[in-house]
Amino acid sequence: MKSRYSIFSLARNAMNYHKDWERAWRSPAPKSEYDAVIVGAGGHGLATAYYLAKNHKLANIAVVEKGWLGGGNTGRNTTIIRSNYLQDPSIAIYELARSLYEDLSRDLNFNVMFSPRGVMMLCQTEHEFRAFKRTAHANRLAGLDCRMISAEEVKKIAPIINDDPNCRYPILGAYYQPRGGTGRHDAVAWGYARGADSLGVDIIQNCEVLSIRRDGGKVAGIETSKGFIKTKKIGVVTAGHVSTIVQTAGLRLPIESLCLQALVSEPIKPVLDCVVMANTVHGYLSQSDKGELVVGGGTDPYNNYSQRGSFPALEHTVTALVETFPIISRLRMLRMWGGIVDMTGDRSPIIGKTDVEGLYVNCGWGTGGFKSIPGSGFVFADTIANDRPHPIAEPFGLNRFIEGRLIDESVAAAVAH
Amino acid sequence: MSGKPYRLAQGGRLIDRSKKVSFTFDGQSMTGFAGDTVASAVLANGQRVFGRSFKYHRPRGVVGLGSEEMNALVGIGEGPRHEPNLRAPQVELHDGLIAQSQNRWPSLNFDIGALNSKLSRFIPGGFYYKTFMWPQAFWKHVYEPMIRRAAGLGKAPAGSDPDTYEHMHAHCDVLVIGAGIAGLAAAEAAQAAGARVIICDETPRFGGVADLSAGTIDGAPQLDWVHTRAKLLAEAGNVHVMTRTTAVGHWHHNHLMLFERVSDHDPEGLARGTPRHRLWKVRAKHVILATGALERPIAFANNDRPGIMLATAARGLVERHGVAPGMKGVVFTNNDDAYLTALSLKRAGVAVAGIIDVRQGTDSAAARDARNAGIEIIPGHAIAGVESGYGGLSLSGVKIAPWRKGQGRVVNESRLACDFIAMSGGFNPVVNLWCHNGGKLTFDSGLQSYRPGKHHDRIQAVGAANGTMDLAAALAEGYAAGEAAVKDGEPKAGRSKAESAPQRPLEPIWFSPATGKYNEGNKHFIDFQNDVTAADLELAQREGYESVEHTKRYTTFGMATDQGKTSNLNGLGVLAEATGKTIPEIGITTFRPPYTPFSFGSIAGSLTKNLFLPVRRTPIFRWHKAQNAVFEPVGQWRRAYTYPRAGEDKHQSINREILAVRNKVGLLDASTLGKIEIKGPDAAEFLDRVYTNMFSTLKVGRCRYGLMMNELGFLIDDGVTVRLGDDHFLMHTTSGGADRIAAWLEEWLQTEWTQYKVFVTPVTEQWAQFAIAGPKAREVLSKLGPDFDISAEGFAHMAMKQGKLGSHPVRIYRISFSGELSYEVATPANLGRGLWDAILSAGAEFGIEAYGTEALHVLRAEKGYIVIGDETDGTVTPGDVGLDGLVSKKKADFIGKRSLEQSFLRSAGRKQLVGLLTEDPKDVLPDGAYAVRAVKDKPPMEMIGQVTSTYYSPTLDHSIAMALIENGRSRMGETLSFPLDDKVVKAKITDPVFYDKEGSRQNV
Ligand SMILES: Cc1cc2nc3c(=O)[nH]c(=O)nc-3n(C[C@H](O)[C@H](O)[C@H](O)COP(=O)(O)OP(=O)(O)OC[C@H]3O[C@@H](n4cnc5c(N)ncnc54)[C@H](O)[C@@H]3O)c2cc1C
Repeated sequence: MKSRYSIFSLARNAMNYHKDWERAWRSPAPKSEYDAVIVGAGGHGLATAYYLAKNHKLANIAVVEKGWLGGGNTGRNTTIIRSNYLQDPSIAIYELARSLYEDLSRDLNFNVMFSPRGVMMLCQTEHEFRAFKRTAHANRLAGLDCRMISAEEVKKIAPIINDDPNCRYPILGAYYQPRGGTGRHDAVAWGYARGADSLGVDIIQNCEVLSIRRDGGKVAGIETSKGFIKTKKIGVVTAGHVSTIVQTAGLRLPIESLCLQALVSEPIKPVLDCVVMANTVHGYLSQSDKGELVVGGGTDPYNNYSQRGSFPALEHTVTALVETFPIISRLRMLRMWGGIVDMTGDRSPIIGKTDVEGLYVNCGWGTGGFKSIPGSGFVFADTIANDRPHPIAEPFGLNRFIEGRLIDESVAAAVAH
Repeated sequence: MSGKPYRLAQGGRLIDRSKKVSFTFDGQSMTGFAGDTVASAVLANGQRVFGRSFKYHRPRGVVGLGSEEMNALVGIGEGPRHEPNLRAPQVELHDGLIAQSQNRWPSLNFDIGALNSKLSRFIPGGFYYKTFMWPQAFWKHVYEPMIRRAAGLGKAPAGSDPDTYEHMHAHCDVLVIGAGIAGLAAAEAAQAAGARVIICDETPRFGGVADLSAGTIDGAPQLDWVHTRAKLLAEAGNVHVMTRTTAVGHWHHNHLMLFERVSDHDPEGLARGTPRHRLWKVRAKHVILATGALERPIAFANNDRPGIMLATAARGLVERHGVAPGMKGVVFTNNDDAYLTALSLKRAGVAVAGIIDVRQGTDSAAARDARNAGIEIIPGHAIAGVESGYGGLSLSGVKIAPWRKGQGRVVNESRLACDFIAMSGGFNPVVNLWCHNGGKLTFDSGLQSYRPGKHHDRIQAVGAANGTMDLAAALAEGYAAGEAAVKDGEPKAGRSKAESAPQRPLEPIWFSPATGKYNEGNKHFIDFQNDVTAADLELAQREGYESVEHTKRYTTFGMATDQGKTSNLNGLGVLAEATGKTIPEIGITTFRPPYTPFSFGSIAGSLTKNLFLPVRRTPIFRWHKAQNAVFEPVGQWRRAYTYPRAGEDKHQSINREILAVRNKVGLLDASTLGKIEIKGPDAAEFLDRVYTNMFSTLKVGRCRYGLMMNELGFLIDDGVTVRLGDDHFLMHTTSGGADRIAAWLEEWLQTEWTQYKVFVTPVTEQWAQFAIAGPKAREVLSKLGPDFDISAEGFAHMAMKQGKLGSHPVRIYRISFSGELSYEVATPANLGRGLWDAILSAGAEFGIEAYGTEALHVLRAEKGYIVIGDETDGTVTPGDVGLDGLVSKKKADFIGKRSLEQSFLRSAGRKQLVGLLTEDPKDVLPDGAYAVRAVKDKPPMEMIGQVTSTYYSPTLDHSIAMALIENGRSRMGETLSFPLDDKVVKAKITDPVFYDKEGSRQNV
């Protein structure tokens, strides 16, 4: 077990000029065999490993990552956390995740800065208003703490919002989740990595999985850039790259990979203390603890593996937000980037077993899977450990594409995150 | 504080001493000269501290020459015209300018936040991940607000931006970025070869650092050459010359954004309505990067004190603005270039206490010149620390010690009195743009920095940007690149030639030790703005944040507003030494756009306020307006929702309009309805594939209602399609879906069914279209003087005619969305208003009334007609809404057919469309309310379906609703419960057709 972080350990280490801090995680060489291997050290992969070790007492496991841990979408997203989805299965998994976030810093002994500052989804047309009213009814009956708020309340919570009644899309109100918010993305990856490592999980970075080796209908192990690793259970959690990996085991997945961009402004003093999503005009905004305005929008319209977005998509988003938050016009864009998101046809994830014994996938989180990391790791670990879908994961199995049992979230006024 | 002695008596080639300029800094009145920057003018007034740093709130002054400035950030302007975080050396001074320092409270010299500096020992890099975890709720309510207020740099403007922005689009053969010597040479060569050239530079003038560097061109000062070249280019017909224009990003296929600051420096222009910024979207055949190089600071203890600046910055202040950085300075360097700064200072009469050079020996041309000027050179030494007072506000001297690479700490040191330091740790080629779109870098051991390697685009780097620091070579490289960009040919004879003295190689110094150990009371800043020290970087390594990306994110090094321009390489150097690796082994973080931050306003351009998605209006818009219609947005349109008359509220007017249609006749402006012409020999087959039902069998002159699904088998659109000719159809889509469906059809034609000969042409706005609906509709039509048969037999339901109504040319369709006898009349848009007025006067005697979209919706709901987007939500099949009959069993294939075979889409228990009648006829169910299997006293409750449309029906004098309910069609008569916030509404399941089930009213 690692020594704990606290204000006292900080003070103690300060005395020694911080020379004695332990490593947050080791940098082990791969062993020749593990009981289970997780491919991809993003948030979902690391959380899976953590819960496998913590809840299911599997110690001989590894997470194999081709680059640096947390360097995929987990380290590129705009960190919106909410659970007010429309469909029952979605509500179940996102609310499980959100409630785990509430206590995650303490559980991991690592401050992930979960900040339940409230998430507001604006209603800017009657149609959108009606769609959110429907979600609100559904969420209320599911027991979520969410509500419709009026245009005046919107303005009170986010004073910089454009409240001109004559603007193109006047704000009619919003759908509000007071305990939604944001978290610090890197810290989530690091916290889970440190937690998993201290429970004995080997996190092997700079090790690319090249293919999955099969032994008939079962998995035999993985070929990696650091050699072959034998294992009976493989959980592939590599977001936009999942389809190319499972292809080596002979599987095709209904996933498209697209580039989603985000950007930040230069830091300014606090002006916005909640997350605002404006789906009619396609843009959303929050402010980081550093003071940067964090901006996101839609994906590029074509499939793509380069983590650089196109300018037109970004222009569309920025234009929408200048209209919605006029003061940002004179602020400046500091940095923009892209991540490859794994999109399913119904915009819901795939969690579960495959036709190959011992091969499990967790992917398809697309533009909205940061918020689900704790819940997804929790149910996926359970699924792998017991070789059957966890009840909350069950609706998200691959079979739904064969049966047509889709969990369509694009329904809910086309909310993306 | 008086301007003297900082403003030198002479010199400053850019300032005009005859033009005094007044401005304020933190409310204090100051003066400068035309040609000053905010940095030079404030310094000339004796003010060295410009702001406070991010984390420790340490006082900070000017460090850089231009865009690399990371410390002297100021807010400019007031109220809605305030702009935070500008780099003082880049801001041109103008009369009346208002500048403010940032990140300090209550004042620059006395800042409460500086307390953090005292606590700095307890808050190393990444400290916040290790604490603030308890108690849980404190993060959001106590710790986080504290951190947020302390961070954040400048303030946002107050209110909406009064200025304007615009976009320009341009193409060129050669885009030259950077107008220094190499860039000008490239532009000259490309221009001479006849290419269309764009050349831009970030600064207000051409020449780059030609005025600050050694060497001559054609035997004359470099600036002479610059002036003739600038003139030549400005006069050439094939060159577009841009100053104050930063190339901010490079995207796929040489697509670049150039950010032009048109009138920030010119408030009068701004007042006249000149745009503030202009964003140029340039597509270049060839790009030449001549972006120069930026100087590196050196990491020594407390290297962030005001008065410590880059050697080029000190030189620029003296040569360009006639401003002394202080009374007496030292130059600290590892290369020859900084010797020029010592010479500049000396020439200007500023005392130089010495040149501290980490290299052994003094055998170089630069050293000779310095010695001849009487400047002492202290070779083989480094600065070990600085002496400062007043909380770092003043500087009184430096400690220097013999420099030995790899030594841990300094043992013997001596002191030099000085009040400023000009430092130079070498130069980094500006490779940002090279990397934005995937260009590779190589490490150059001579420069101890990265320079451009491979690139897949047609882009080339020249001069210092390419790591070519020698003047003659940079000039030649510029010419060669300009020639090569146009055509492969022999280099032209008679090109200019440059000469400069050879330079001694530099010796890397990434860390200059102090008397103690690293973080023991001393701070060696790497990233100044974010307060990241060498010790922080090493801590990150020790804690396992080994990847350079981890180090960056853990410490925030390179993440400040300069995005690592001055810190990146120094940080890599420190990491390399700490880990015993080479710099290339450490790796490098990704360069992302933009090169320097640029305004969101410029990205939005003119598409703001009224021009942000301009409202679409039908030809009848003015009439609606004159009737005081209430409008509602539908897609990009504004449609008349209802027309309240004097004394009526919305409900009353809607009810009146509905009853007018049911009892007399109504007129609806349906122009927004999507209209797409589908033409070509394969048009009929194409429609068979995109609709669930058959269209190839439709006769010319007939209409048919069609359903459209996506591949998943879910409804996405519906509407009436008319056959105008054998190979010619007119498709009607929903108003909101017109653009989406046109794109959808194109996508199928262009990507899947490329064999089809079909054109898809959206014509929505070409036609004005009105519905005349109600029992008296035929009489109104007849009054209008049709030149075609309108009798019940001659013009049957679902038929179409073309002809004239009086003088009005029309296409007219006998279709109905209200259940009444109804005609939709279309006429070319420009004739629409005339026809509208004619219909109103023809209908006057029958009591015709205009009705709006809400009446339309109630009318259709009374008839149980679905609306895509209300009754459907992307999960609804034709069968779910009771339209299975419209799904062809005969057609071989159509979009979504396969999906309808999936088990879940055929399974029992799907939600089916039904009608609902509330127990209390006055009780209108809310939109989207859910029915539950059983009411419980608290959630969760199991939901079995939801309301899709809900209205009060004046026709029935009863509230009606449509809903999708699990197994709805087999539950007729059952009563459902809808738990709301405050009550439970009960409603009985009925058929969704509430009115005229036989459809007799429309078939008359
Ligand atoms: C711009 C942007 C904004 C977003 N905003 C939000 C938001 O506001 N809220 C929200 O909830 N979600 C958001 N998301 C989505 C969210 O980031 C992702 O759904 C989530 O981070 C996915 O996590 P992951 O662990 O599945 O994938 P990742 O974090 O991408 O991890 C996958 C890992 O697999 C590794 N890998 C890939 N191939 C291999 C291989 N062959 N061998 C070994 N390792 C491999 C990758 O290097 C990577 O580290 C956003 C995404 C983007 C791009």
